[in-house]
Amino acid sequence: MWVLLGIAIIVAGFLLRFHPLLVILASAIVTGIAAGLDLLTILAAFGKAFNEARYVSIIWIVLPVVGLLEAYGLQERARGLIAKMRGATVGQFLTGYMLLRQGLAAVGLTSVAGHAQTVRPLVAPIAEAAAEAQAGTLDDDRREEVKAWAAATDNIGLFFGEDIFLAIGSILLIKGLLEQYGISLEPLHLSVWAIPTAIAAFLIHGFRLWRLDRRLRRSAPEDPA
Amino acid sequence: MITLHWVYAVAGAMFAAFALLGAGDRTNPRRWTTSAFWALLALSMWGGDRLGDLGNGVLLLGLVALAGLGGMGRGQSALPDALRRDRADRMGNRLFVIALIIPATALIGTFVFKQAPDWVDGKQATLIALALGVLIASVVGCLWLRASPLEPLQQGRRLMDSVGWAAILPQMLASLGAVFALAGVGDVVGQIVSMAIPQGSLLGAVIAYGLGMALFTMVMGNAFAAFPVMTAAIGLPLLIRTYDGDPAVVCAIGMLAGFCGTLMTPMAANFNLVPAALLDLRDKHGVIKRQVGTAVPLLVVNILLIYWLAFP
Repeated sequence: MWVLLGIAIIVAGFLLRFHPLLVILASAIVTGIAAGLDLLTILAAFGKAFNEARYVSIIWIVLPVVGLLEAYGLQERARGLIAKMRGATVGQFLTGYMLLRQGLAAVGLTSVAGHAQTVRPLVAPIAEAAAEAQAGTLDDDRREEVKAWAAATDNIGLFFGEDIFLAIGSILLIKGLLEQYGISLEPLHLSVWAIPTAIAAFLIHGFRLWRLDRRLRRSAPEDPA
Repeated sequence: MITLHWVYAVAGAMFAAFALLGAGDRTNPRRWTTSAFWALLALSMWGGDRLGDLGNGVLLLGLVALAGLGGMGRGQSALPDALRRDRADRMGNRLFVIALIIPATALIGTFVFKQAPDWVDGKQATLIALALGVLIASVVGCLWLRASPLEPLQQGRRLMDSVGWAAILPQMLASLGAVFALAGVGDVVGQIVSMAIPQGSLLGAVIAYGLGMALFTMVMGNAFAAFPVMTAAIGLPLLIRTYDGDPAVVCAIGMLAGFCGTLMTPMAANFNLVPAALLDLRDKHGVIKRQVGTAVPLLVVNILLIYWLAFP
């Protein structure tokens, strides 16, 4: 029963915002002691597992290529693509942005777009302008809501696109953890199972954006015919 | 034969370059400790197999100490916006072409390498192909963009320093799983959970796993941290071992159930609170409120997907 203390430490440590690496180390030590192991045995077991799980950190070898492309204007090109979608309704625009975000994340380009890179300078202003054109005028609450939709759409596109890329952190974490329990899997076999959820996320969020369009249209002043 | 060790050699060389370049970055107030962190990772990649278990444990303590005591910093090396805009106009869509080399090589390599078992370790085909894709993309990128060969390493280091100690978080969590396994944590939690879940109810177990992932993620703000715990507790002992579920489906979609939790918690500040501040929202939970309506039905879908796909 005492081995559960390690889980309690993980939960409490993350909740209290202690340094995650220190929390993990503390959890490992406490779990080991509770199981009757001595400190050196725990350290050796943790070290052995760390060495065997090195491939989890292999993903970072893509950074030089991403960094090079960013230095030569990859984010600016992505912004150009987003700006081309101007002129649609807010729902259509955000749905298009979600698709772009999912697609980029699925090929490993997670940092090309994001709240600071694209949402604040581009996605939120375009969404606001589109909503304004649809509804006539936007009161402050509506304006806030549309901006929040822009940020929410970015998160959803990222979360449910990135796991399709076979060398993202979460996929390699799954591979690493299962290996510790003696189950060996290829990253590709894991990442294909992210596709059904990616489609479902697109449909569900797209439907909600479509309803946002309808609500905005209804709140528009009647055309004086 | 090409094995994972070749990939470790490449990764080690990269971390060593980050350490060397970082040591010379005077704009980083913590350049020596930051550089030492990447140097230790380089040592792990290159010599991890020769250090012994205890040696690796000590290396791990070094990494945690450097990061945990605030030794990680970053320099100021961003390029001027105008230069990047000008380059973006000149380079055009070739930037996307170069970016696509990596996933394309990884995908093709995964299938091709399996046909050549004498040359390449088939079990690690994807990661080997990924590394190959990175090398090809780096060379093509430097030639096509007329960049100096040092440019990818400098820019990579800039990104690496901004990731910081979080770079080894997934590897640490995967290793913690090993300690959990050694201590039998999964068995104990499994016993408790199986008392809570109606005996023999597969759907009950799947719901407990999916819901547990989402709730644990909400509490901790991090699906990565919730994953080893929930998998040791329910995923492995019940879904995979008892009910014979496909581990790939259970874990891949289980992780995504955790992501649904990330959408609903202020603990995930980077994703949910930072954008509210960036966009000057009066309601700092405004982004979360827009996300709940997608996250809840998607969580239900994920639980059903595990139920349908993992247990044919």
